[in-house]
Amino acid sequence: MPDETIQPAPPEVVIQFKDVRKAFGPNVIYDPLNLTVHRGETLTVIGGSGKGKSVMLKMLIRLLQADSGSITAFGEEVTTMPEAKLLGLRRRIAMLFQGAALFDSLTVAQNIKYPLVEHKWGTREQMDQRVEEVLDMVGMPGIQHLKPSELSGGMKKRVGLARAIAIQPDVILYDEPTTGLDPINVRRINGLILRLQRRLNVTSIVVTHDMDSCFTVTDRIAFLYDRRMDWTGTKEEALATDFGPLREFVQGGRGTLEAEGTED
Amino acid sequence: MSAAIKLLGHIGAVTRLSGRTFRVVFSRKFVDRSLLSAQMDHAGIGSWSIAVLTALFTGAVMAIQFADGLEPYGASLYTGKMVSLGIVRELGPTLTAVLVGGRVGAGFTAEIGSMNVTEQVDAISALGADPIEKLVAPRVMACIIMLPLLTLLADFVGCFGAMLVVMTDVGVTATFFIEQVLDTLVIADLLHGLAKATFFGYFIAIVGCYVGLNTRGGTEGVGRSTTDTVVAISITVLVSNFLLTKLFLSF
Ligand SMILES: Nc1ncnc2c1ncn2[C@@H]1O[C@H](COP(=O)(O)OP(=O)(O)O)[C@@H](O)[C@H]1O
Ligand SMILES: [Mg+2]
Repeated sequence: MPDETIQPAPPEVVIQFKDVRKAFGPNVIYDPLNLTVHRGETLTVIGGSGKGKSVMLKMLIRLLQADSGSITAFGEEVTTMPEAKLLGLRRRIAMLFQGAALFDSLTVAQNIKYPLVEHKWGTREQMDQRVEEVLDMVGMPGIQHLKPSELSGGMKKRVGLARAIAIQPDVILYDEPTTGLDPINVRRINGLILRLQRRLNVTSIVVTHDMDSCFTVTDRIAFLYDRRMDWTGTKEEALATDFGPLREFVQGGRGTLEAEGTED
Repeated sequence: MSAAIKLLGHIGAVTRLSGRTFRVVFSRKFVDRSLLSAQMDHAGIGSWSIAVLTALFTGAVMAIQFADGLEPYGASLYTGKMVSLGIVRELGPTLTAVLVGGRVGAGFTAEIGSMNVTEQVDAISALGADPIEKLVAPRVMACIIMLPLLTLLADFVGCFGAMLVVMTDVGVTATFFIEQVLDTLVIADLLHGLAKATFFGYFIAIVGCYVGLNTRGGTEGVGRSTTDTVVAISITVLVSNFLLTKLFLSF
């Protein structure tokens, strides 16, 4: 009897993909996708380029519709969710896009305010205050008036991150947050992911094909291979794996990091 | 065969996009006047010079041709009648739509297409807004409003160009020409032309936005899409012009 009380509570499931299939015409992406994400963890999804990592994130906030199967977030089915409820889902799950996807025509401040305005987050003064706060959090205070075209690749990512966290999401999706950045910016972004994790206590899914980033920020790894995500484990397990493709990926990924070009 | 199927697929998709757009336009949600006025500025004010130049020279050249062609029958004096009918019913709306449509539609595609390949369109949705409301609806509304206005302008300028030619070549007075024109044209002629222009405006915007929203493949893809749009809009305007003319004249 006393045994049962000391057993840790099973981790709470926040997001679950179940038998999700997705194809673009003849191009089969998932056959099928199964994945569970727990509250508060940082899950890293690794896998080759063009294999469907971004597609997975986009299906989760229904920027893309799954062909079949079930995707749940906070216990609610996403694939059949009515339009009106999607707004609430997208308030709780924020995404940092690969190229940051800042709106070129708006200033940094207007970009960060965009979700606040759409979600009717508060008064104009509160929004200005919030913009200041999140810019501080990503280490770029005082650049409210700049346009995205005036920012370097690393700065864009950080503003994109500021925009993503502005509405205080429960889950943050990072789509290749460090791809194309120089080593200093890679370290900076990884540090930010870790710090936000601790400070905001969010659940994160980080998609990457950069093994160093993966090992820096992650609790758990999921490996996308052959249209499935059958392998999940800790970083120690990933390093010690005898699953051939993953081993190749782990070692290859570390090797190619230095060879990869930089952007800014 | 497969091209026909593809075309039908596009028509179906454009119809769905139109449905979603008009739902936004007719709902209370569509209140963003600043987006609309920016697009009206771009589509309309930015295009008036093209419309004017096209109309002026087309009107003038038609007048030269008709004056010459009617001469053997001693009917050069009626040039104004022929030319004004041709301009107001056909050339005003159609030429304006093809030329302005190429410019404006290609612009929409390039703009929305680059937003799409850089995931800005996805970002609009992800941040809690609707790309149809933010991108498509204002452009469609702007074109539906601006194309008839530009056509009206083109009608006037085209007739003016014709008048200059007839006055010098045939030697009639401005008053004679204007009286002749007013005598010939009935209000229905003008309305037909403007009604067509409204449809053309809608086609231009919806095609431009549709191709933009379906652009993939980086900057190269944007370039390809932009060319596609110019071709698609020209063909849509010319083919729909035939159908609309048939339809309107059957009343
Ligand atoms: N909207 C779409 N329409 C058609 N094909 C798509 C679309 N989005 C992605 N794809 C295709 O799906 C595959 C996976 O893409 P993606 O998820 O972006 O890969 P990655 O793992 O590099 O993020 C690619 O082959 C891509 O061409
Ligand atoms: Mg990707």
